[in-house]
Amino acid sequence: MTHSLLSLNEKDRSKMPLEYSTEEGDLRIVGFWIFLAAELVLFGTLFGTYLVLQSHTAGGPTAKDLFEIGPVMAETIVLLVSSFTCGLSTIELRRHNKKGLIGWLIVTILLGLVFVGLEVNEFYTYAVHEGAPLSRSAFLSGFFVLLGTHGCHVSLGIVWIIGILLQLARRGITPVTARKAFMVGLYWHFLDVVWIFIFTAVYLTGLVI
Amino acid sequence: MIESIKSFMGWFFVTGDPMIYGADASIALVSIGIVAVLTYFKKWKWLWDEWLTSVDHKKIGIMYILAALLMLFRGGIDALMMRAQLTLPNMHFLDAEHYNQVFTTHGTIMIIFVAMPFIFGLMNIAVPLQIGARDVAYPFLNALSFWLFFMGAMLFNLSFVIGGSPDAGWSSYAPYAGAEMNPGVGQNYYLLGVQISGIGSLATGINFLVTILKMRAPGMTLFKMPMFTWSILITSVIVVFAFPAFTVALALMTIDRLFGAHFFTIAAGGSPMLWANLFWFWGHPEVYIVLLPVFGIFSEVIATFAHKTLFGYAVMVWSMVAISLLSFITWLHHFFTMGNTAPVNAFFSISTMLIAIPTGVKIFNWLFTLNKGRIQFTTPMLWALAFIPNFTIGGVTGVMLAMAPADYQYHNSYFLVAHFHSTLIAGTVFGIFCGLHYWWPKMFGYMLDETKGKWSFWIFMISFNICFMPMYFLGLMGMTRRMYTYPAGLGWTPINVVMTIGAVGMGVGFALIAYNIVWSAIHGNKDKTGDPWGGRTLEWATASPAAEYNFAHIPEVSTRDAFAAMKEDKGVFTTKTAKPYEPIHMPNNTGIPVIMATFMFIAGFGCVFEWYWMAVPGLIGIVICMIARSFVYDDHHYISVNEIKRTEAGTGRLS
Repeated sequence: MTHSLLSLNEKDRSKMPLEYSTEEGDLRIVGFWIFLAAELVLFGTLFGTYLVLQSHTAGGPTAKDLFEIGPVMAETIVLLVSSFTCGLSTIELRRHNKKGLIGWLIVTILLGLVFVGLEVNEFYTYAVHEGAPLSRSAFLSGFFVLLGTHGCHVSLGIVWIIGILLQLARRGITPVTARKAFMVGLYWHFLDVVWIFIFTAVYLTGLVI
Repeated sequence: MIESIKSFMGWFFVTGDPMIYGADASIALVSIGIVAVLTYFKKWKWLWDEWLTSVDHKKIGIMYILAALLMLFRGGIDALMMRAQLTLPNMHFLDAEHYNQVFTTHGTIMIIFVAMPFIFGLMNIAVPLQIGARDVAYPFLNALSFWLFFMGAMLFNLSFVIGGSPDAGWSSYAPYAGAEMNPGVGQNYYLLGVQISGIGSLATGINFLVTILKMRAPGMTLFKMPMFTWSILITSVIVVFAFPAFTVALALMTIDRLFGAHFFTIAAGGSPMLWANLFWFWGHPEVYIVLLPVFGIFSEVIATFAHKTLFGYAVMVWSMVAISLLSFITWLHHFFTMGNTAPVNAFFSISTMLIAIPTGVKIFNWLFTLNKGRIQFTTPMLWALAFIPNFTIGGVTGVMLAMAPADYQYHNSYFLVAHFHSTLIAGTVFGIFCGLHYWWPKMFGYMLDETKGKWSFWIFMISFNICFMPMYFLGLMGMTRRMYTYPAGLGWTPINVVMTIGAVGMGVGFALIAYNIVWSAIHGNKDKTGDPWGGRTLEWATASPAAEYNFAHIPEVSTRDAFAAMKEDKGVFTTKTAKPYEPIHMPNNTGIPVIMATFMFIAGFGCVFEWYWMAVPGLIGIVICMIARSFVYDDHHYISVNEIKRTEAGTGRLS
């Protein structure tokens, strides 16, 4: 459909997965990978900031005082499982199984919602019950903004998946909806990778060091 | 009630300075004038259909350049105000506070709202044409980038009549820029205005990276691309990896100021040095974001008017790659004097000096391109030729500044100010004027007048030297930057007088360029061939201005300087061909980018004043626009064969 916009030598796309079957889909997926590279720098900067400020607690609560392994493990497991179910949705996409794709995406956003709920609860506990809001110290500023940015990304991802679910339900699996479902999968896995770094750099080092 | 309205107005609007009232009046008059003209000539629909909703890269490029020229005017006025204040000792033209605001807005506007959008405008116009494409990879995103830049610039400029301007310098150093020492809304304007425009820049970087990597004409391998396209490819990579760091830095300082966090404060464990590191981690690559593209422009122009192929093509490419890599490991040289250890300073000193090597290689390649060339002294060529010696002086003084021990002497003196103006004016500004004259016929279908162009060049270039050459010596004599006045008897006065004369001369040069634009719009020579300069690259293979679809047939490329080769060997000149036309697929116009950017403006303005009743609806509007866009499926149309035939016949290109 969209071949004439683009001037690359025509490839035989019929054997490729649906999301790559048009040049437009191909272009957008490449661009999304580059966007994720930019996101990597964004989170890298936030990690750098957090690690610099980690010890600047200004007499307030330290990482060791605040963090508890229980809720952190719960958040981690929920998010990792959601990444797995998101992967399953991509497999269903490749099988052109609309029901399976929609089903696994719904499971993914439900797990995402649980994650966001757990995180909001964690923030609320720190800020209200433990007397450790963002304005208490540089360490807490770094903590809330790093994790908050990740949490906002997850929340935006949930809204995005809901939008794609509506389009899938109405239009079925087409090259365009397939590309969108594939791209949101990339985004979701990326957030999972970021969480693994948060788990290591924030929680593990915070509890151990 | 009336009292409270009065006190609100007194605080909301900037009051007390007759110059500000003059500005208020002129803004109001110009706004009323624009609305009246558009209404009288019934042009609102035309404005909306043809420009505000356009996703055509050529129109977006023109809008970028018009906005950048307006901003250049404002930044230039700021510069002249500073020069007026400093001409003589103990002047009272501006007070200290006002002077701080003026140098802050001058720096910010010139870098963020002039240099970058001007370059983005030129690359929007030239890159898709140079690679033989019909548009950029993401036309919608391209329009959104422009409107984000535009709204960011408007928000930033609003500060001088509403609420007050930022005054912490364009680098906005903590802790002075923090809420404690800098209350009020000025600094918020800086943070939000630059942030909004920066998001657009990041999107442009991604857009052009994909466009160049994936949409080149058949046969155009990477090492057959025009040098300007190469420079934009490399610049886009720098944008993608540098801008997110700035996004974070601005966001963190915004959170500091609005929500009481402690990233850069002195109290509660904050680290002001962290700001300097984050800012310059973006800020130094930013220097190359505005320099590499003009290196590309000069490469095109010098090759065209020396009537030779560019000397050392591959070396030109690899030296730009080297510069882009080195640009990420030199940021600390902006604060050698902030108490780093000697090994740290030594590392950054060496990495900075290393940049001189690939840059020097490029200078010699341009000289060798000129060697034995048949040089034609057109206006663009004059700008390019003047660039070489003037920019080299800026480069050499840069190496002087790179020596950390010596930098303790130069740091924050006028020597530094002279250095970066030598690079940014003799590099970037000469480059954008060069590109403006060179691609003007491609944008509008007529030439800028050569005589007026040459006059404006000579006046601007000589005045630039009158203004900035003495400045080096003033710096060595001890005058530091950002001082708003100075006592008599230090021996600085004569040099300051000379510099002000130079600054006025540059203003005259710019005014002449503006006059030339207006004059040529009425009397300028039409460019009927599409190739007025005898160009070497594909943008000259199509009509001036290019049709909406750029090329009726996508050209096929077999060598570098593809169009020069096509002209030599008429057999492969593929724009005039008997091949049948096919319907061309093009993206539809859309109003979502301008609406979304307007919501961004509303959200930004709300955050500036901490009016969350305004900011939150703005943010919701942005999300709604994103969702609305996601549900649009009917987003393209086809241009019929008949229409292509009509268009091609209109430019004499139908065989």
